Amino acid sequence: MNTTASLPLPQPRTKVEAIERSPGFWSGVLAKLMRDPVALGAGAVLLALIVMAIFANQLLPADPYATSMFKRLKPIGFEGYPLGADELGRDMLSRLMLGTRLSLFMGITPVLIAFVIGSAIGILAGYAGGLVNTLIMRTIDILYAFPSVLLAIALSGALGAGIGNALLSLTIVFIPQIARVAESVTTQVRGRDYVEAARASGAGPFTIVRVHVLGNVLGPIFVFATSLIAVSMILASGLSFLGLGVRPPEPEWGLMLNTLRTAIYSQPLVAALPGVMIFITSISFNLLSDSLRSAMDVKS
Amino acid sequence: MNTASRADSAPIVSVRDLRVTFNGGKKPVSAVNGVDLSVARGETVALIGESGSGKSVTLRSLLRLHPERRTRIEGRIEVAGEDVLALGSRALADYRGRVASMIFQEPLLALDPVYTVGQQIVESIRRHERISPAEARKRALELFERVRIPSPERRLDAYPHEMSGGMRQRAMIALALACRPQVLLADEPTTALDATVQIQILLLLRELQRELGLAIVFVTHDMGAAVEVADRFAVMYAGRIVEEGPTREVIRNPRHPYTLALMQARADGAMEKGARLASIPGAPPDLAQLPTGCAFAERCTFVQPACLQSRPEAVELGGGHRARCLRTDATAQAVAQSARATANTSILLTETA
Amino acid sequence: MSIGISIEHIGVAADSDRGGPAQPLLTVNGLVKHFDLKKGFVDTVMGRGKVVRAVDGVDFRILKGETLGVVGESGCGKSTTARLLMHLIDPSAGEIVFNGETVGSPALPLREYRRQVQMVFQDSYSSLNPRLTIQDSIAFGPQVHGVPKQEAITRARNLLERVGLEPRRFAGRYPHELSGGQRQRVNIARALACEPRLVILDEAVSALDKSVEAQVLNLLMDLKEEFGLTYLFISHDLHVARYISDRVMVMYLGKVAETGPAEALFEQPLHPYTRALLSSMPSMDPDRRTEEAALAGDPPNPIDPPPGCRFHTRCPLAEAVCSQRAPSLKTRQRRETACLIHEPGSGHSHAAAVAAAVHAS
Repeated sequence: MNTTASLPLPQPRTKVEAIERSPGFWSGVLAKLMRDPVALGAGAVLLALIVMAIFANQLLPADPYATSMFKRLKPIGFEGYPLGADELGRDMLSRLMLGTRLSLFMGITPVLIAFVIGSAIGILAGYAGGLVNTLIMRTIDILYAFPSVLLAIALSGALGAGIGNALLSLTIVFIPQIARVAESVTTQVRGRDYVEAARASGAGPFTIVRVHVLGNVLGPIFVFATSLIAVSMILASGLSFLGLGVRPPEPEWGLMLNTLRTAIYSQPLVAALPGVMIFITSISFNLLSDSLRSAMDVKS
Repeated sequence: MNTASRADSAPIVSVRDLRVTFNGGKKPVSAVNGVDLSVARGETVALIGESGSGKSVTLRSLLRLHPERRTRIEGRIEVAGEDVLALGSRALADYRGRVASMIFQEPLLALDPVYTVGQQIVESIRRHERISPAEARKRALELFERVRIPSPERRLDAYPHEMSGGMRQRAMIALALACRPQVLLADEPTTALDATVQIQILLLLRELQRELGLAIVFVTHDMGAAVEVADRFAVMYAGRIVEEGPTREVIRNPRHPYTLALMQARADGAMEKGARLASIPGAPPDLAQLPTGCAFAERCTFVQPACLQSRPEAVELGGGHRARCLRTDATAQAVAQSARATANTSILLTETA
Repeated sequence: MSIGISIEHIGVAADSDRGGPAQPLLTVNGLVKHFDLKKGFVDTVMGRGKVVRAVDGVDFRILKGETLGVVGESGCGKSTTARLLMHLIDPSAGEIVFNGETVGSPALPLREYRRQVQMVFQDSYSSLNPRLTIQDSIAFGPQVHGVPKQEAITRARNLLERVGLEPRRFAGRYPHELSGGQRQRVNIARALACEPRLVILDEAVSALDKSVEAQVLNLLMDLKEEFGLTYLFISHDLHVARYISDRVMVMYLGKVAETGPAEALFEQPLHPYTRALLSSMPSMDPDRRTEEAALAGDPPNPIDPPPGCRFHTRCPLAEAVCSQRAPSLKTRQRRETACLIHEPGSGHSHAAAVAAAVHAS
């Protein structure tokens, strides 16, 4: 029997009247971020870097690939070379600017892919619970047991050098980490009364996950993922440093750090510049993700 | 009752015009707006109110437990002759626990989970007094016997999570009494407990008050629990004490409309089954922007234009009973009326039976 | 603005009603729920490990249109019973018959049952999705059961109006912008949105201030009349249970101790546990304060319940026989009691006297 079908359902008696709408959750988060000076600063730095990455070709003061035997390892402020020149006499400023492109790409892409895959795995494990959870999470734990640097190097080494393989290995490194966070927040949310209430009203698992779980878990997972971008950049730089990622002569900060290490005694400031860029970028991502975390805390 | 001899001695807790403002959020929140309270030695005063009435904030101010940076405390708090608001950090640490100590609603959060209860009591005693661990443990054992924990020797070595709810509350009371304080501050100590356990704890508090001469400030939202322990009632609303007096007086003869409404809202206050409960319409005022007049005016049945003009001063009703209200007579009338009604129904009931 | 759903709702109730008003809406037979405690590897291999007997053989009925109050100390199994009734957890044994059909049978699939039975939780905050607006939360249930979105939203707004929250102001808000009392109103509206016949209220007013509690209790009474609802009202507050219930069930350690009409049960408790529970209520009379606690100690743990009558360890009238024989529920004059004193020939010394008194009356 199906009483629902035979029910004379009430007709909407009034035109849906205008109601006061509270600002949505994300606009509230944005408003809080706009009031947070740290978030604004970090955001501005990242925005500048992204602009630089996109418009690198238009902005470059010099050709980043042009070598010169006579201008090798020039100090910062050398005429025509505002940030000096590297071991092959190429303009450091141009190379750092163009390097933003590859470095950001190597930092963000694996995290983004891992965010999608890891969240799916973690939410599945967390919501299903029981045996499914045990199977998935123990498998994840095996991957998780390796230190991430080691795993990234081992995978890249096995897959062979190259940008594509570096991205793939980094993605594999991040999936377990994101899946674990996703699993734990999903398990928490699953125990909340509103999920119980949704189950009690007869909703199926997919509906519940879509309406009640996703909205409440993606935020925290996203915050965690943003904090991984910094790690990803450093790992990618590390892979390039070892010759497993980007290949010369492409400018990438990690690779530049590698090739300039021989100049650490003769031109220490120039040699440190790619490291400074990595540092600035990763700390900006970290600060932004911290601010995001506190802005998303509804109760405060 | 030796009220006369009590009145002779100076009160052990004396709060004058206490104002507490929190500055953490967007707007400053005035949680307490001019509270005057005195508690005599060996007296139990119940601070009664709903959430947001400022009762817990007042209590915590007595130990200065609020985060210093975001809180502004004005007025004067004197406990056992010490000017609490003027204490330095060293003196404050010494004052907490030795002069006044506190028990909380949820002992599981207030007790340290990684130490046994016995260790915590011993540590608390030795922080304030120079005695040997063995002696301190002996004191702890006495305390456990004092709060009637069965097989105390064994329970001293139990961790908080190994105890049941009522036992934990007893253990916390023992911890609070470890340094022989003169004032015990109780913040909803029985709210999380079952009724059968609640009454045991209330009886224990009454016994301790009598035998140790403790002064107790008992914060609760439950009038029933308060009646069981309190000598005096102080009813709070929007950060002020709106009515204060001996328990019997306030219960039998409430003179503030809010007190009356609170009593009538209780499910056991309903005259008959199925009769609607007298609920208080509306909600408490926003503490970030309090009205200029009486804070209860917009929910009050007896409101007059004068009520909206200024905050009413306390009206003395005799015998230490006072209410901050312009319409104490209207409330008194309503009380008399409902008493007549109750009498009538009971006559009716006996007649039909 | 009138309420669009009331008439239809009563229509449904009449349509699908079975067996007339005399047949209980819900019958619970031998309901059992045991939880396995987390155990070590060795215990698993050896097949031992402790069991929490949260609900251990419970029988009761809820009549159509009544409010059945359930009271008892923590650990008595009242909340587990609610979750079992909602099928949020699976029972270890026992059956639930709703409106003449066994729940989960082809005649009454779980999904259809769940539309007709709804629940209001104690914690008003955690029972609302913080990312959904109030109206979306309320409209969710009907949408699950195939009501088109626009219509579900209209229904949600009508219900908001009905529970005393102006839809224009509240429909688009989020839970954290509301007070506890307002949130609990929303939860009630959410429960009613699926047009249930039975609403389980699990400590639904316990977290509210007294003045707000009174408002919500009044609202619950009004809604019950208007929509022809049946309530299962779980509360640790005996005053509230007495006020709102037609019948009250007292539970102790996973079993029913006593059931009966509220007034009779409160005026003249039969089971020693009920008596002890009632005398633990504060009196509100400063001249008649409680001088001695009716029960000592905390309620025992449902992990290892005592043999025989579960209450014998705390019972003032316990005799040797109470630790040997478990009493069963005996019915007399609409009241059921599980106590050897009220079981003629049980061997308890009071039993004969009680039987004689009954005979005399």
